[in-house]
Amino acid sequence: MAGAENSRAAAMVRRFTRAETWVHRSLAWLMGVCAFTAAALYVPQLAEIVGRRRLVVTVHEWSGILLPVPVLAGLVSRAFRADAGRLGRFFPHDWRWLRALVRTRRREPSLAGKFNAGQKLYAAFSVGAVLVMIGTGVLMWFPRLSPLFWRTGATFVHDWLALLIGVVIAGHVWLAAKDPEARRGLRTGHVPRWWIRQEHPLWKPDRPPPHRK
Amino acid sequence: MAGGGDQESAEEGRGSPVGRRLVLGMLGLGVAGVAYGAGIQDKLDNVLASVSAKDPTGVTDLLPGGGGFRFYSVSNSIPHRGESDYRLTVGGLVDRPATYRLSDLRALPQTRLTRDVQCVTGWRVPKTVFSGVTLSTLLDAAGVRSEGTALRFTCFDGVYTESLTLDQARRPDMLVALTMNDKPVTAAHGGPVRLYAAPMYFYKSAKWLSGITVTKDVQPGYWEHYGYDVDGWVGKSNGRSDDPTS
Repeated sequence: MAGAENSRAAAMVRRFTRAETWVHRSLAWLMGVCAFTAAALYVPQLAEIVGRRRLVVTVHEWSGILLPVPVLAGLVSRAFRADAGRLGRFFPHDWRWLRALVRTRRREPSLAGKFNAGQKLYAAFSVGAVLVMIGTGVLMWFPRLSPLFWRTGATFVHDWLALLIGVVIAGHVWLAAKDPEARRGLRTGHVPRWWIRQEHPLWKPDRPPPHRK
Repeated sequence: MAGGGDQESAEEGRGSPVGRRLVLGMLGLGVAGVAYGAGIQDKLDNVLASVSAKDPTGVTDLLPGGGGFRFYSVSNSIPHRGESDYRLTVGGLVDRPATYRLSDLRALPQTRLTRDVQCVTGWRVPKTVFSGVTLSTLLDAAGVRSEGTALRFTCFDGVYTESLTLDQARRPDMLVALTMNDKPVTAAHGGPVRLYAAPMYFYKSAKWLSGITVTKDVQPGYWEHYGYDVDGWVGKSNGRSDDPTS
């Protein structure tokens, strides 16, 4: 038993804690519901199948406005805070990763820490997009808060950003679909050592995380 | 400052706060979009209208502002009724309650109107043709009693309701519509028979109309229980200032 544990420990590395996998799972569900109800409100063919407009609107509003809750709850976890810090900061190799992407149209894994520059940008984009969608969504949810001119502007931002978010999430899911080990990391918290060497070689999981002073 | 002379670990030290900058930048763009979006969407609508006119795939209809009608229904599915099972009842405070089949409605004098359709959520479809029987024709046939002051409309989706005052309903641009753009009103658009309240926001134009009841006073309709104005004049209600449609 102990031997099996040891070899597992040697082959696998903890990438995420349970708190982090739960934050991701809750976000994925809320975002899934929010995006599906958005489509049911917006795409005529889907609206005709789904109907029930008032229910769909209510589910959309609440799934959207609850999106920050898992993130805020996650801040209780030290591991989540540390990873949020990693996602938010660019280092010289991240700029090189982006330049390599533009030049070769390929991700360059040798330039990735625990998260590559694309994942960092995706995380920041998600935070910004959710905040803008909530702001513009609230203006439409409570029409008496603001004059019509603002509501038209809010609808403009909400509709076009929704399309962009749809494209970006499709990309996120596509990249995840291609990488079973990355998915396993978010499902179980553990990833194989070989995968780290291959995809995130600049991450040194055996060292304590860098502390900021 | 930075992490202790470790050559291998590339992610020590402060780095640059790109995440924060991107989030703040998006918030700034969001605010600018709210401030200038109304004007931008206006210009885009013109571009999209000319593109979607030449677009055989219909994909551009899915872009914001690109399409005409949007489908809104509060019921669970699209209800279907036709020649054999459709009935419109006129009752309540009237001397001669009546039930009309589709053929009965077609036999009455028809009125044809070409107006813009304006939704309270903002979209507008220019120059849409509706034809059918004016409400006043049906009311005259039924003989409204003196205590009746309003109409309540019910629908065979089993959920939606609407209302008009008697004065509003007697306007010549209030129709029980049988055709839209010179074709029978489709089930998705509320057919075979829908209300068409031309001077009002489109939520007043109840789909799948099946009952007209003359009442003593106005009974607010479905959306009006959730904050929409009972008197839904285009441009003069719901806090909006659209150009009138009629």
